[in-house]
Amino acid sequence: MGAFDFKRQAPNLIVWLLLLAMPFWLVAVGGYVELGTRVVVLGLAAMALNFLLGYTGVLSFGHAAYFGLGAYGTGMIIRYVVPSTGLGIVVGTLVGTLAAAIIGPLIIRLRGVYFAMVTIAFGQVFYFIAFRWNTVTGGDDGLTGWTRMPLDFGFAKVDILHKPVAFYYLVFVVFAISVGIMAWLLRSPFGRTLIAIRENERRARFLGIPVDRHIWISWVISCGFVSLAGALYALLNNFVDPRALYWTQSGDFVIMAVLGGMRSFWGPLLGAAIFVVLQDYLSSATENWMSFLGLFFVLVVLFFPRGILGMLRRKAVS
Amino acid sequence: MTQVLLFNVFNGLIVGAFYALMALGLSLILNLSGVINFAHGGFLAIGGYLAYTLIPYVGFWGAFVIAPFLVAFIGIIVERVLIRPLYGRDPLYSLLLTFGLAFMFEDGTRFIWGAQSLPYQVPGWLLSPLSSAYFFLTGYRLFMVLIVGIAVVALFLILNYTRLGIRIRAGTLDLETVSLLGVNVRVLRSLNFGLGVYLAGLAGVLAVGQLGLQPTIGASLIMPSFVAIIVGGLGSLPGTLLGGLLIGVASGITTVFWPSATEAVIYVMMAAVLLVRPRGLLGEEGRF
Repeated sequence: MGAFDFKRQAPNLIVWLLLLAMPFWLVAVGGYVELGTRVVVLGLAAMALNFLLGYTGVLSFGHAAYFGLGAYGTGMIIRYVVPSTGLGIVVGTLVGTLAAAIIGPLIIRLRGVYFAMVTIAFGQVFYFIAFRWNTVTGGDDGLTGWTRMPLDFGFAKVDILHKPVAFYYLVFVVFAISVGIMAWLLRSPFGRTLIAIRENERRARFLGIPVDRHIWISWVISCGFVSLAGALYALLNNFVDPRALYWTQSGDFVIMAVLGGMRSFWGPLLGAAIFVVLQDYLSSATENWMSFLGLFFVLVVLFFPRGILGMLRRKAVS
Repeated sequence: MTQVLLFNVFNGLIVGAFYALMALGLSLILNLSGVINFAHGGFLAIGGYLAYTLIPYVGFWGAFVIAPFLVAFIGIIVERVLIRPLYGRDPLYSLLLTFGLAFMFEDGTRFIWGAQSLPYQVPGWLLSPLSSAYFFLTGYRLFMVLIVGIAVVALFLILNYTRLGIRIRAGTLDLETVSLLGVNVRVLRSLNFGLGVYLAGLAGVLAVGQLGLQPTIGASLIMPSFVAIIVGGLGSLPGTLLGGLLIGVASGITTVFWPSATEAVIYVMMAAVLLVRPRGLLGEEGRF
């Protein structure tokens, strides 16, 4: 272990400190705690997508399906099986991950826009199941009649339902562990291989790397963490509806990643923060928020294709 | 029972014809420019709404002819201003841009024409059933099938026998060589985009007579069009046509036996095709 490189670690430290103290400074600047929780949950989803999009170079436009499966899995466990938040999260994540693992082999051979098209189309199956299977999923009205349950550690109970700050810290811990695992994976030889595939797939293939298998694994990891984010999202709202599965939700994740910067680790989190705050503001300020959101997509593509962090880094280099 | 089945098969065929018309336009643009046009459904909706607005001035038939051309014109402007700068960049960007445009179109139509469904008057003589035994066989439905048929034949004639069409097909195979041979690729892409969007506009003016006029009409048709392309085979226009008709009929038949699965069945079909024949029914080997 070398000496702790303070200069290199400074940005990471700042991000972690900001997240750790979020419930306090966010309220001080006029926000509310749930907004911060939303940022962290959707930030996790966008960073999970970016594992595939930014680091493996595979264009998925269907991540909402696994996000929604995680959300429905969690909600249905608490509603129908056991009123346990922890079990809900675990099962929700497993359901989403398993679905991704099964669908993976059907799509990993496609590339570029075709991959995007097939992933987005596949997502619709789950949307229509959630939409049509009224008796179980609640159909268009969503899955209601359940709430997140207090965490029971045996020696202590934490009431995450009525204390938003307590729930924030639960989400934060899950986020920290997930992001830690992703960062560790990306620094491992496996992660370097993914980047090699992104940079030059043909060369990677000639080096004997089983490209399809790597993309499949990366897809499953990415969808797994997105399902986890979906599970947290369901708990945050105490509610799931089919829109969490709809293809426009996938687009939201992609724009978060692009806006923040696909080539930087923290970019998608920044993108999620901007997106969540903007959506929160627009939906209360105007009825035509969809137009503004669409315009926002267009402007990001035309003027910030590298994302905010990508632009800052480029300025720092030149 | 046979009656119900026949009715739903025929209905599915009509819906499938819409999917095919939408998907052919999407395919044209995708094959030549590598752009997935998410705004295609938006163009369809604009076609329908423009026709609605034009009817009081030029009548049903005038609107029917003019509206798709107006849509194509709007499409060419969009291509020129917004999409052209993105060629040659990561396909992600054109995807996101048209995705944003789809939002704007849907909300824009809602803003201009209102969120509620609008009545769309089809000439009375087209609406009467042609036979009492087969009540579903109205003139308008036959008319729709006929128009889609004509459009498809015209498209294949254009692609096979006109200079523009031959260049589009050549560009689909190797755009760089076509460019080297002195063809203005920018104009070619613009015209191709216009042609694709024209088909969306035509589908729009046809669809509103059958499905009604509401802002979400485009969003509900675009996903099945993707499925039509994937099932039929990427890069193959006849495949796209076949794919559209197939999934339309399949969901029509499913309506009879298991109504809740009407929408989901086409995605299951897609999964089956990808499993057994990843390139799609008529797709070329090794292209993707």
